[in-house]
Amino acid sequence: MRAAVIVFPGSNCDRDMAVAFRAAGAEVSMVWHKDSALPDNIDVVGVPGGFSYGDYLRCGAIAANSPICRAVAAHAERGGYVLGVCNGFQVLTETGLLPGALLRNAGLKYICRTVGLRVETTDSAFTADYARGQEIAIPVAHHDGNYFADPDTLAGLRDSDRVAFRYSRPLNGAQDDIAGILSENRRVLGMMPHPERAADAAHGGTDGKALFAALAGALVAA
Amino acid sequence: MKARVHVMLKNGVLDPQGEAVRHALGSLGFAGVNGVRQGKVIELDLADGTTEAEVNAMCEKLLANTVIESYAVEMG
Repeated sequence: MRAAVIVFPGSNCDRDMAVAFRAAGAEVSMVWHKDSALPDNIDVVGVPGGFSYGDYLRCGAIAANSPICRAVAAHAERGGYVLGVCNGFQVLTETGLLPGALLRNAGLKYICRTVGLRVETTDSAFTADYARGQEIAIPVAHHDGNYFADPDTLAGLRDSDRVAFRYSRPLNGAQDDIAGILSENRRVLGMMPHPERAADAAHGGTDGKALFAALAGALVAA
Repeated sequence: MKARVHVMLKNGVLDPQGEAVRHALGSLGFAGVNGVRQGKVIELDLADGTTEAEVNAMCEKLLANTVIESYAVEMG
């Protein structure tokens, strides 16, 4: 598996994501936001958490229009895999690769703790190693993680089994308790919780490890 | 020339910041504030001849996220 992790000014989970990909056996390239192309033969692009461009205008809005994001969109359109975590999820909604938007948390507070997530589908390369309905413990750290989409979009996500994760109990006002969603081709995953922060015993939990392992397994097989 | 862009959360999109401001006004003793919606104003300093259509394109592409926000453009 060859992975590229995008680095924006203000990214702060880029190295954690690279470590998690490497631990799963990936060869990882860090790619600067001003680059206009990804390295050759990249299987999966990681869009990391953080505060790209200081969250100016809207979280992820400026990053979504950076040169590298055009290359990421082209990669996704070719059927490439993309994992967006936290600010990365916000970037993916701003680019239009995933539907909906992330609003300010309903309680207005920044939420930083480990929460329960329910795995809602195993029909993706990211979630294949979990069991449907399994509850996993993954940290969240966000101020704007309140998932919003219009009723038709929400119904579409439900009907096509594209909700990857839900919070086990209401957390931030997200509609339908949505924590992570998949693209139509199921190869783009955006999620607010941080699986890369639960990928090593020293993190205090390893429930995120299976996501990277499943992806590595799928991409080796491919 | 200048343009002013007003960006607001769409009706039906919860505005927790506006709600917090409404509560704060109430606790300061301002009675009768039934609702607060908070948005932003973006002032653009533009080359002469820039059209409203171009400013609308800027809104669609960057200044507003039309999934959750509406915008209004004031030219001049």
